[in-house]
Amino acid sequence: MSKRFVERSILPGFSLSLGFTVFYLSLIVLIPLSMLFFKTASMSWGGFWEVVTSARTLAAYRLSFGTALVSAGINAVFGLLIAWVLVRYSFPGKKIVDALVDFPLALPTAVAGIALTELYAPNGWLGRYLALAGIKGAFSPVGITIALTFIGLPFVVRTVEPVLEDLDPQLEEAAASLGANRWQTIRKVIFPVIFPALLAGFTLAFARGIGEYGSVIFIAGNMPMKTEIAPLLIMTKLEQYDYAGATAIAVGMLLISFFLLASANFLQWLSSRKLGKA
Amino acid sequence: MRSVRSYGFITALFAVLTLVTPVLAAPKVTLLNVSYDPTRELYQAFNKAFAAHWLGTAGAEVEINQSHGGSGKQGRAVIDGLQADVVTLALAYDIDAIAEKTDLLPRNWQSRLPSNSTPYTSTIVFLVRKGNPKGIKDWDDLVKPGVVVITPNPKTSGGARWNYLAAWAYALKHNNNDEAKGREFLAALFKNVPVLDTGARGSTTTFVERGIGDVLLAWENEAYLVVNQLGKGDYEIVTPSLSILAEPPVSLVDRNADRHGTRAVAEAYLKYLYTEEGQEIAAKNYYRPRLEAVAAKYAGQFAKLDLVTIDDPLFGGWQKAQKKHFADKGVFDQIYQVNP
Amino acid sequence: MNAQTEPRFVRIALITIALAFFGVFVLLPLFCVFFHAFSKGWVYYVQTLRHPDALAAMRMTVTTALVAVPLNLVFGVAASWAIVKFDFKGKNLLLSLIDLPLSVSPVISGLVFILLFGAQGYFGPWLVAHNIQIVFAPPGIILATIFVTFPMVARELIPIMRSQGSEEEEAALTLGASGWETFWRVTIPNIRWGILYGIILCNARAMGEFGAVSVVSGHIRGLTNTLPLHVEILYNEYQFTAAFAAASVLALLAIVTLIAKTTVEMAIKRGR
Repeated sequence: MSKRFVERSILPGFSLSLGFTVFYLSLIVLIPLSMLFFKTASMSWGGFWEVVTSARTLAAYRLSFGTALVSAGINAVFGLLIAWVLVRYSFPGKKIVDALVDFPLALPTAVAGIALTELYAPNGWLGRYLALAGIKGAFSPVGITIALTFIGLPFVVRTVEPVLEDLDPQLEEAAASLGANRWQTIRKVIFPVIFPALLAGFTLAFARGIGEYGSVIFIAGNMPMKTEIAPLLIMTKLEQYDYAGATAIAVGMLLISFFLLASANFLQWLSSRKLGKA
Repeated sequence: MRSVRSYGFITALFAVLTLVTPVLAAPKVTLLNVSYDPTRELYQAFNKAFAAHWLGTAGAEVEINQSHGGSGKQGRAVIDGLQADVVTLALAYDIDAIAEKTDLLPRNWQSRLPSNSTPYTSTIVFLVRKGNPKGIKDWDDLVKPGVVVITPNPKTSGGARWNYLAAWAYALKHNNNDEAKGREFLAALFKNVPVLDTGARGSTTTFVERGIGDVLLAWENEAYLVVNQLGKGDYEIVTPSLSILAEPPVSLVDRNADRHGTRAVAEAYLKYLYTEEGQEIAAKNYYRPRLEAVAAKYAGQFAKLDLVTIDDPLFGGWQKAQKKHFADKGVFDQIYQVNP
Repeated sequence: MNAQTEPRFVRIALITIALAFFGVFVLLPLFCVFFHAFSKGWVYYVQTLRHPDALAAMRMTVTTALVAVPLNLVFGVAASWAIVKFDFKGKNLLLSLIDLPLSVSPVISGLVFILLFGAQGYFGPWLVAHNIQIVFAPPGIILATIFVTFPMVARELIPIMRSQGSEEEEAALTLGASGWETFWRVTIPNIRWGILYGIILCNARAMGEFGAVSVVSGHIRGLTNTLPLHVEILYNEYQFTAAFAAASVLALLAIVTLIAKTTVEMAIKRGR
């Protein structure tokens, strides 16, 4: 090998921190998750392929990934806005809003599902107005997206917020004194700094949405081919004591989301490297 | 190498965790009854009665812990090591699965207690809104366009499987056992279902709290619970001309009970279900009792109707029915392929 | 017009949009929970929460968080140090692996521990022979919670450390500080907000986790129920008000932690 495993650095603690990281990661995540692959390995390759490419599984994957993507997108826009407003502006009740951002995380997902269904069902507080507009809130992909938006919001706000708080005001002053207008400063100076965090938040919200079960089953409607999410399909396989089939769907989900996470991390790395060089 | 090391670590970690958890050191005899969803109220009452009975006859205190959930999920938990002394599930199929996948209980478990090990039975009835605005009287009213039917997902709910099979029985009896017609009937029925909740209680909530649907297919005992407790005067029970005899079975989980040293009390617990007191409690919770005397006493409470059993040639037992209807690519899946 | 902030009308418009979104997606469900929780009055509310099963569930939830959060905190600090301060091969792979538990469906996060420690699982026969109960007992619940909240702290710390760079640490080291000194005196104060946010997020998620815990808990009343599972049980018993009352405790817990956070924040600012 011509290149070293680790770049020389004056900072200490590399082997300790990395060693512990890898050890703990293996213990808590990798060994347990490897069981999925072991269990799936009890199926033939053809059997695996048949399960993960059946029309029903594909429809469920499409639904789970699609709604997760849409809701993560909504959260990226509004989460960034909320974080910005919380850090930069002052308004009455700001502390309360800041405190409540984590609420969707703290609420058990099942309760979230129940509360949201209550709100968006055709006879709910909001659902009845949606119904008037001809939109089916609960028991449709719209409902799933709403649930996932609720679940994912804190991820974006909480990853962007600390970075915004730490942003060096001198950067903006410098940009302003060099004649940049506000929009240019935001776009060219602030946005590149918070972009990695925003991407991280987006990815987290997205990843969380893909597998979400507790809050979604109440609001989804669970109709095969239409509003049946992938985790529900896993449950139905388990119900038939079909562990191999269940883990096969799980492995399919895992591989796709791992690929997505890896690409997001790569993008983040790219953008932070560009920033470091600039 | 890593796996060996971490294995040691895990063991050590859990040895510590197990020691610090106070939960495992219970002072008196405890039983764990692993049951399905709608039996909560039944066993709350029954456990109290049995504890008093056991104190009187055996002179010992007994505490019964309850675990409730979807029948299949509960069966799976026992297979995977949930320390149930007795199981009281929704379908014989789920206890069969325990016997098949483990040696926790013998395969002939169902012949050990009277009446196929089902101390109480129930059936599937319709729950409609007050005044029955859609005029629903029997199964064929459910397939009419514009009628909205609420039932849980047969893939995840034991109760939903009874619902489905009752509809199948009706369709076949009225179409000279023509299976193609049966499929059409079920396809039309499920076309009217807008939401498939994962459990029976979820469906009830959809129907009652969300106000969705014209008719809820429900366990008879659940229907009574709704009519008497949830929404007095807002709902009516409609008994169809024909339904299925739902037989929720009970069994001792031999290996667990032996390990806990609770066999005697666990067996007494299940037998007590068949006594007059036990049957009386079942009837009060709207389960149909097996004991003639109690059945006669509560006869007014349960409507008379034609009941087919799961062992009817129509189905040929749970193993066959499960495979044909609810397994992957079974009839239920086919309905949704032709009726997307 | 100042180039360092936005015109007044833009600020007001942005605040309005943000608050509207926040109101619909967060406040309304929150209101919905408390509205139902108190729909039968205070007395009933307190009664439900003092039920032995509810108290047992709260204890279980707190114990779980007390084990899971510190472990994941130590991990988070170690992982972010290794990842941000050093360049090594396979770093992006490591990052993605750390995120993995988030994208694993809660159902699966529970299932893997059943496959590992269940009676039919990999270690099952050995555990049964030695009478050790992991799944369907508190250790399983704790494990599943650790798994689910695994990346929370690391995920908070990595972006914030990255945005700060390593110059300050390098300066401290050049001036003769030891590695640990640098870490405690320079790095930790710099990332304390990240740590705090991380703990809060991790704790909130640990206390609220439902799916994974539901798979490994066994749902034994008063023994292996966490607060979220207790909520589900009550809901399934049609005790809707009681269910929302229990849920409101979790919401209150979150709000209390966040008030504590704000207080700490202000105390630090005043101290400066």
